[in-house]
Amino acid sequence: MKRVQFEHSSIPYLFVAPQIAIIVIFFLWPAAQAIYQSFLLEDAFGLSSQFVWFRNYSDTILSTSWLQSAGFTAIFSLLVTFLSLSLALLLAVKANEVIRGASTYKTTLMWAYAIAPPVAGLMGNLMFNPLIGDLYKFFNAIGWDFNHKLDAFDASFVVILISVWKQVSVNFIFFLSGLQGIPKAVNEASMMDCRSPTRRFWTITFPLLAPTTFFLMVINITYAFFETFGIIDTTTQGAPGGATTTLVFKVYQDGFRGADLGGSSAQSVVLMILVLILTVVQFRYIERKVHY
Amino acid sequence: MANLALTGIRKTYPNGAVAVRGVDMTIDDGEFIVFVGPSGCGKSTLLRMVAGLESITEGSIHIGDRLINDVSPADRDVAMVFQNYALYPHMTVRGNMSYGLKNRGMPKEEINKRVNDAASLLRIGDYLDRQPNELSGGQRQRVAMGRAIVREPEVFLFDEPLSNLDAKLRVQMRIEIKRLQRRLNVTSIYVTHDQTEAMTLADRLAVINDGKIEQMGAPIELYNNPATLFVATFIGAPQMNLLPAQFDGEKLISNTLSLSGYDGLPQSQNLILGIRPDTLRTDDNGQLEMRVDLVEQHGADNLIYGAILNSENTDSEETEFCFKTGQEVMPEIDSTLRLGFDPDKTLIFDKESGDRLR
Repeated sequence: MKRVQFEHSSIPYLFVAPQIAIIVIFFLWPAAQAIYQSFLLEDAFGLSSQFVWFRNYSDTILSTSWLQSAGFTAIFSLLVTFLSLSLALLLAVKANEVIRGASTYKTTLMWAYAIAPPVAGLMGNLMFNPLIGDLYKFFNAIGWDFNHKLDAFDASFVVILISVWKQVSVNFIFFLSGLQGIPKAVNEASMMDCRSPTRRFWTITFPLLAPTTFFLMVINITYAFFETFGIIDTTTQGAPGGATTTLVFKVYQDGFRGADLGGSSAQSVVLMILVLILTVVQFRYIERKVHY
Repeated sequence: MANLALTGIRKTYPNGAVAVRGVDMTIDDGEFIVFVGPSGCGKSTLLRMVAGLESITEGSIHIGDRLINDVSPADRDVAMVFQNYALYPHMTVRGNMSYGLKNRGMPKEEINKRVNDAASLLRIGDYLDRQPNELSGGQRQRVAMGRAIVREPEVFLFDEPLSNLDAKLRVQMRIEIKRLQRRLNVTSIYVTHDQTEAMTLADRLAVINDGKIEQMGAPIELYNNPATLFVATFIGAPQMNLLPAQFDGEKLISNTLSLSGYDGLPQSQNLILGIRPDTLRTDDNGQLEMRVDLVEQHGADNLIYGAILNSENTDSEETEFCFKTGQEVMPEIDSTLRLGFDPDKTLIFDKESGDRLR
């Protein structure tokens, strides 16, 4: 076999250079800095620092506040992912069945996609404001002694509700296109083979949506881990008592509010490792069950 | 097994389009009916109404004594083979075939028995554990048929099942479908736009045009005695030759032709004379003169295409003509052939209504 050899030229490298520069400047360099910082202990004024090996790590992982935050993050991510996926799937299935005014339904359901997480947080703030918040008043009116400023459960409820609401529209778009990607004839064949629509959904539609669901699961977990920062920052700020502090929010709190750069860096490195493990697990064990 | 009766079936879509405008037919137990027609004629809609995938605007459908208008597709006791197979991509071949039976709560042993029987009948026993995307087109087609067979339904419905296969496989599967239907003796409706498939498969053929049954009968009956110009041109390949003609009470005049023996025809300027390509023969005394512009050699047969020479009004358009003959007749391009035919085998149609007059 004769292989075609092109003359080597530096032009291709020139083309990818901007992209590589962006990765280096905004990802690799800060990541390296974080790893370096995580081995240092600084004084409170940031004037001197000392190499302390893994002390930042052991301090971090063994502290109750970090463990509490990790626990909350796990529950929070699971709930946000599960709720936003299942709600979006339900809406997509229903919207897909609508014939009259279908595009109106779809557009309305997609709208929330255009809202940035901090804006969603601010809107949530208004709705849950103890003085003027409609939802706040509503929950109290129906007999729920609701106060997210004081109660950990109520505060978690608020951030989960806003995070799910914000994410449903994205998932909806993907599920809807996934549903429309299922050949019409396959649906019709299943109608002739199975009387129950519920059973049809779980045996035919849902398995055929598995690739979409898997993709969205990865996206949603990432969202719950990182992008909900804006929502938490604008609503509870991790209160009460750190009950709604996700790991990412804690990195920010300890590093920029608490001026513990070493500890904060150690946390972010741990977080990076956790996400890495999670991704590997997702692709190893869950993707296997997905038929493309 | 049961017969199938369609009475006054109409289909109007919400946007006002009419797909089926009044169809009545009775299909006997075990009969193989083919719906044939050009695309958009409503034949698939009609089939899908029997399947329950399309609502019925007007009329009624009975399987045996049972009115099935409002019965869900799964409860109609019909099975359908789709054009693009519509196999469940995430299930194995066995899963595909047993899915419908499982949902009906059939015991496992019975399902296995039926699947294995159908698989050996269709010779797909070796592929039962494969996924549909690992199969060839012909194999998928067999699986789709297997999925219908295991159901042991009252009625089989086929929606252009062979149109995605290559020509050779199509002929092969056509023969298999016919054999299978004979053997299982299940009432079947088969939709196609391919007139060869229609002719060869059908016990009775329904030619559908613009939402109506143009004519229904045994294939050879429709070939020999088409009721309308549409049926005459749709059935038969190559297509019937058509010449404009007039009848003055004595003779039928068409171009250079002047034919007698058509007593009883109404005097008319607007007639069409139909001559099948295979009823023509070379004849030195023949009245038709044809200029050859193309010869297709099919092996045993030659199809000779050209134009009928029009000596009288040379400014009018020449008429396209086809002549089917044996391989020994091999005229030069641009040469002139003299053709004769048997007037008894010609058909006369009214140009306006398309009705056959003789």
